[in-house]
Order: sequence, then structure tokens, then C-alpha cells
Amino acid sequence: MIMDLIPRLAALLDGLAGLPIFPDQGSTIAEGVDHLHYFLTALTLFFTFIIFSTIFYFAVKYRRRSEDERPAETKTYLPLELTWTLVPTGLCVIVFVWGSSLYFRNSRPPTASMEIFVVGKQWMWHLQHPEGPREINELHIPVGVPVKLTMTSEDVIHDFYVPAFRVKKDLLPGRYSSLWFQATKTGKYHFFCAQYCGAQHSGMIGWVYVMTPTDYADWLSGGTKGETMVQAGERLFTQYGCITCHIADGTGRGPVLQGLFGKEVRLKEGQTRVADEGFVRQAITNPNSMPLAGYPPIMPTYLGQMNEEQILQLIAYIKSLAGEERKTKGK
Amino acid sequence: MSTANTEIAAAPRVHYLNAQYGVKSWLLTTDHKRIALLYLGSITLMFFVGGSAAVLMRLHLIEPQGALVQPETYNKLFTMHGVVMIFFFLVPSIPAVLGNFLVPMMIGARDLAFPRINLLSWYIYIIGSLFTLYAIVSGGVDTGWTFYTPYSSTYAHTQVIATALGVFITGFSSILTGLNFVVTIHKMRAPGLTWFKMPLFLWAMYATSIIFILGTPVLAITLFLLALERLLHVGIFDPALGGDPLLFQHLFWFYSHPAVYIMILPGLGVVSELITCFSRKKIFGYTFVAFSSMAIAVLSFLVWGHHMFVTGQSIYAGLIFSVLSFLVAIPSAIKVFNWTATLYKGSISYQAPMIYALGFIGLFTMGGLTGLFLASLATDVHLNGTYFIVAHFRYIMVGGAVMAYLGGIHFWWPKITGRMYPDMWARIAALIIFFGFNLTFFPQFMLGYLGMPRRYAVYPAEFQVLNVMSSAGASILGIGYLIPLIYLIWSMRYGPVAPSNPYHAKGLEWQTPSPPPTENFEEVPVVTEEAYAYGSEEGAHA
Repeated sequence: MIMDLIPRLAALLDGLAGLPIFPDQGSTIAEGVDHLHYFLTALTLFFTFIIFSTIFYFAVKYRRRSEDERPAETKTYLPLELTWTLVPTGLCVIVFVWGSSLYFRNSRPPTASMEIFVVGKQWMWHLQHPEGPREINELHIPVGVPVKLTMTSEDVIHDFYVPAFRVKKDLLPGRYSSLWFQATKTGKYHFFCAQYCGAQHSGMIGWVYVMTPTDYADWLSGGTKGETMVQAGERLFTQYGCITCHIADGTGRGPVLQGLFGKEVRLKEGQTRVADEGFVRQAITNPNSMPLAGYPPIMPTYLGQMNEEQILQLIAYIKSLAGEERKTKGK
Repeated sequence: MSTANTEIAAAPRVHYLNAQYGVKSWLLTTDHKRIALLYLGSITLMFFVGGSAAVLMRLHLIEPQGALVQPETYNKLFTMHGVVMIFFFLVPSIPAVLGNFLVPMMIGARDLAFPRINLLSWYIYIIGSLFTLYAIVSGGVDTGWTFYTPYSSTYAHTQVIATALGVFITGFSSILTGLNFVVTIHKMRAPGLTWFKMPLFLWAMYATSIIFILGTPVLAITLFLLALERLLHVGIFDPALGGDPLLFQHLFWFYSHPAVYIMILPGLGVVSELITCFSRKKIFGYTFVAFSSMAIAVLSFLVWGHHMFVTGQSIYAGLIFSVLSFLVAIPSAIKVFNWTATLYKGSISYQAPMIYALGFIGLFTMGGLTGLFLASLATDVHLNGTYFIVAHFRYIMVGGAVMAYLGGIHFWWPKITGRMYPDMWARIAALIIFFGFNLTFFPQFMLGYLGMPRRYAVYPAEFQVLNVMSSAGASILGIGYLIPLIYLIWSMRYGPVAPSNPYHAKGLEWQTPSPPPTENFEEVPVVTEEAYAYGSEEGAHA
């Protein structure tokens, strides 16, 4: 019987060894997050062990030996209370500082990041590279380069999650969120929708392909021949008639967009806002919600006339004008 | 104090169960003890409704492509499981059953302050349950128990309104119960029963009631706004109508995080009663344990944002919610340490309720510590929305709240029914539940760390082994829950007649016969000793 057990146990351990326990570390931040995770795991095991073994020890040592035992009262001992209040508090402070500083560091994309645009919709991912290539449920990126994703949703809330990179961020309809990572090794990694979004939620998954920079360059040039995002945005700019009011020399009825992106803009009610992606999106979809100082509120809304990908292309175009000189004739 | 002799109790005696007969005497009762039993029956039913959904889900997840149902059905199953288990089982469980039965008994009162409101709250609960059960049989709902917008308000094609209405209505039953408890504890304590002589179960009930009263209205408002948007297209949460989808989450979690403490605080109170009784010790650090309940109740309202670390809320808001979430962990740690210290130099017996209580401490400790992973910003980003959260929540809610509920049901069963349960079977069931629970949910911590998102009807094949382990555990856990159902029902007729105080426990509820007379006490008890005065000589009531 016992002889039979040993090979079985060995087989079981073998099976367990084949069981994945640690996820891939595929990004620059993965290792740091894992170190905190290991620390917390050790903390959990340590305190669980302390509590379990103390209870077990007491439960055996002080088991009831006769029915009429009446143990004496133990007085509450203040130093003990303070110890087990302050020690966990101290540990919590350490974990809080550790977790927050990592989070802070990980939440700011480096300025030199390559930007990719993500639109989630029930139930697929649309990803677009500035150079033009568009992908569905796949993302090709070069290794060793910081990548910033600017994301929004066409319908409900989705969430872009790459376990191997330890990153996750919600995609919200009507606003932009962003997320960045820098892959450290080539390979193929899962990405998931991590916010429940309806019937085919669990089908909303895809792959990140991390490639060497040369492979990536080949992939880019081999991709669909088409316009870059800026070119597509410029085409939309004409097609939707934006160009009739937003005239470069400042003679139009709307503000000049050259040199606008990233600058502060004054609203009618006096406050100022930075012209970022969210601002431009709001200006396109709901201009009446933010009347500008010095302009009549005559711009029509384009809500429902363009999809989120087209809005992103327009933004890419307006962004590309940021470097151009602002004509002084403009109001 | 007068204690009825058990030998006499064996002879026919009038008590609350046989004082009146007939369906009408139950449906129109204002006796808090009978209302507790009405609740016991209804929430047990709901527990097995929610439990069968869980069993079907675990069966389905044995295979990566899904073994049982279509994704749409799976989504309805997890929604139904969550809605039923949270709003119709866990929230009312200990307060509405044990609290209803025990709050007046423990303070030496004849009934709750508002007996008819108490009955009303049960009817409200039943109406709410019927709406929800109607939603389930008429097609189900697939939004998840969290009802996130704009999915729930604009995109879902299922029974959102009926379900939300059920939850909305049931909320009023919580509010009324909370109100009743607060007034009762303030105004109706027996002579001599000062606040700091109260059993800790009452402190826990008091803290829970505060959350009921302050939190539940916010849930009602949130669901009302959701219905407004869904039915009348008033733009509140859907950006396409000019709303803000995150506003819903702020409002929802402002109730639903405190609701987590509604579900666990009563369990913490039960465990304080069990540990002291079965180690025959006064609780170590009474004031620390009592105030930790109040601290949890207050802090629970300030941590909702930790559900939203990855929604794009400001990183500074994230920072504040993170530090507050760590703070709320401290009172729980204090309780665990004090319970452990209570065992020191005690006289420990291993009757079934104690097995549940010790199991509770272990699982609650693990549940609490894994909460730190989620309070910490950097690790939460990875673990949020994965099976890690599922497992953490189950360690608190199933390993914690349900274990405590079962421990409490066993402990007070002789008082409630006048019959003893079979202790050996109860201990076996407790061990099966403990084992099955760990096998079900421990692998889910690993799944979450590996990155498996929750609410997935189909999943990549690399997660299969751990899912099969979890499903195997669930089948054991399911059997573990059926065993008490069988022997407890059996014991109501065939169990040995219970003496008035089978465990030699302290507390006023043990100083009146089992089952108690309708008026609870023949004469109003006068309290002279501290809670849990197990060390004193007169502790030896037979």
C-alpha cells in the first residue's frame, strides 16, 4: 500500500511541477511588481503560520481535561494590544509606500513613447499605429521601446489587461485613458478584456507580439499600404468640412488649429483647459458643453457621425499641427 | 438569576414554538424569534438557489471552451449567483436570523423595539426576493451583481429592471432591521446591562445596523438613477446621453464596500461568542474588540475608491483610498490577535461550533491578508478583475461570513429549537466544508496571479488544471453544505432535548429555557457581571 503511494506521489508532484505558478515577466515593471507580490505572499504565509500554529498549540495544550474546569481570567495586557496594533500598522505603511511609489513610477509614460491607439467595442479590439497599420485583436510592438496606448471605448466599459506586463486600465466611453509599458523580451503574450462587457466578454482577447526592432520595421512596411493616421485625419478634416471654419490663416469662423495642441485654451466662463486628446474629442462631439472665449457657439456636434477611430485620426492630425506656427491674425 | 430546571423542561411546556399553531400564527407573528425562523427558512432557500448557480458555473469551467452552457447563460449564472448570495443571503444572514433571535434575548428584553416593523421587514424581503426570482425565471439578468453602467443602463437586453427593483425593495428590509436594532440596543437593555457589559455580538450588530441605515439608502438611490436612465433615457451614467459612467461606480461602491462589512461584522461578533464559550475565558481585550467593530463601520465608508484603481481615477485619489484601505485592515487584525490570546490558558473544547469558529479565524486571516495585495496600488493593477479578487472575496465571505453563520446556527440551535444537533456529524461537516473550501478557492489565488480574468465563460487552455481543482473542491464544498441541512432538519424532531444551557455559556439568552417562552424571560433579568465572566464561581449553571 505504502509502496504504491510513492510512485503516485511522485507522479502528482510531476504534474504539479508542470503547473504554471509564476506568470511571464515581459515588461520593465513586471519584476518590481512581482517583488512586492512576493513580499506580500511571505507576509501572508508568515502571519497565517503564526496564527494557525498558535491556535493549534493553545488548542492542544489547553484542551478541556474535565467538564468542570473553570480557568482563571487573563487580564488584558496593554503593551501586547499596542504591539499587535502598531506592528501591523507599521507593516501596512511599508507596503503602502512601496506599492504607491511603484504605481507612481509606472503611471507616467516616458515622453519618448511610441503611441498606439486602442478602441474597444463589443466584442473586439481595434488597434491603430500612427504609421497607418490597423489591427484587430492583435498588437505588434518592438521590444525595448516604451509604448503608450491611448484608449477609448465605442460602447460599454472595457479593460485592456496584459498579465505578462502587469498592466491594466479601463477603456471608458466618451473619454481617453492611457497605459504604457516597455516589453523586455520578444514573444507572444495574451491580452484580455478584464471588465465584464456583455455576452462575448470572454472572447474579447488577443495577442501582443513583441518583435525585434528590425522585425517590427519589416512588419510595419509589409502591413496594409494605406494612409498614416495623420493623412487619414487630414482627409476627414476636409471630408467633414472642418476646413471651412478652421482656416490656417485665422480668417475662419473657428479657432486656428495650427499650434493649438498641448496649449492652454480659455473658455467663455473664464477657466482655462489644456488642449489634450480629451479636450479635442469633447470639442468635436459636444462643442456646446465648452464654449470658447471669443468664438460664437456655432459649431455643430459630430456625435454619432464619426466613430471613435475616426475621431482618433482627426486628433492625430490636429496633434500633427501642434508644431506649426500659430498665425497671429487668429483671434 | 433564575434558571429553569431542564428536567422540568422535558415535560410539556409552553414556549414560543408551541404557544400557537397554524400558518396564520406564523405569517402574522410579531415575535422576534418566530420572525427569525421565517428569515431562516427564506434565506436558506436563497442560499441553495445561489449555490446551485455556483455549482453549475464550476461544472461549466471544467473545460476551457466551457462544458455546459452558452456564454450568455454563464453570464446570467454568475449574475444570479452574486445577486442572490449577496443581497438575499449574506446581507440578511446573521443579522436577520441570529440577530433577530438574539438581540432581545441578549439584552434581556421581551422583543425588539418595533415588533410589527420587524415583521414588515420580512415581508419586504420576501417581495424583493420574488422580484428577483421572477427576473431569474423570466430570462435572467447578465450585468453582474455590480450592475456597471452603461452596460446595465443601455446595452443589456436582460431583466435589469426587475432585478434592480428586487434589490431596491430588499434594501428597505435592511434599513428597518438596522433601525430596529439600534433603537432596541439603546433603549431596552436590562437593568445593569451597560454598554461595556454587552456581549460583543451586540456591538457587532450595532455597528452593522449603523451601516444598514447609512449605506443602504445610497444603493437605493443608485439603482433608482439606473432605472431612470434605462427606462426614460435620462443621461446620468451613459456618456452617449451626457452622463458619467464612473459616477455609477462611485455611488455603487459607496454602499457596496460598507456592505462587505455588513456581511462580515456580524460574523466577527458570532466568533467572539463562540471562542469565549468554548475556551471558558473572558474575551481578551474587550474594549479593543468592541471598538474595532465601530472603527470598521466608520472606515468602511471611506475606502470605496479602491475598487476603482484601474478606472483612470486620479492617482492622488488612488493614493488616499489605498492608505485608508490599509487602515481598515488594522481593526480586523486586532480582533484576530485578541481571539487567539483568548485561548491562552483556557479550557478548550472542540464541539462543532468551535470547529467552525477556529476554521473561521484561519480563513478570515488569509482573506484579510490577501486583501493587502489589493489595497496596495501596484499589485492591485495586476490582480484587479482577476480570480485573485474572486478568491480573496470568498475567503472573507464564504470562509468568513458563512463559516461564522454556520457556527452560530449550530451554537444557538438548541436555544432556537430546543433540540441538540448531532455533534459528531456537525464536526465532520465542518471539516468537509473547510477542506472543500480551500480546494475550491486556493487555486483561484494562483489563477488570478497568472492573469485569468473573472467572469470568463471560456478561457485559455493553460488555466485548465487549476480550474479543474477548483471545480473538484466545489463539489466537496457543496456536499459539506448539504450535510448540515439534513441533520439540522432531522434534529428538529429526533435530536435529544436540549437543556437551557448545554454549553455552560454566559449571556442572558442561556438563562431562560430552551426554547424560550414567548416573552423570553419569566422575570426581567438583572445584570451584575461583566460579559463572559467565565472565571467567576457562579459561572457553573447546569
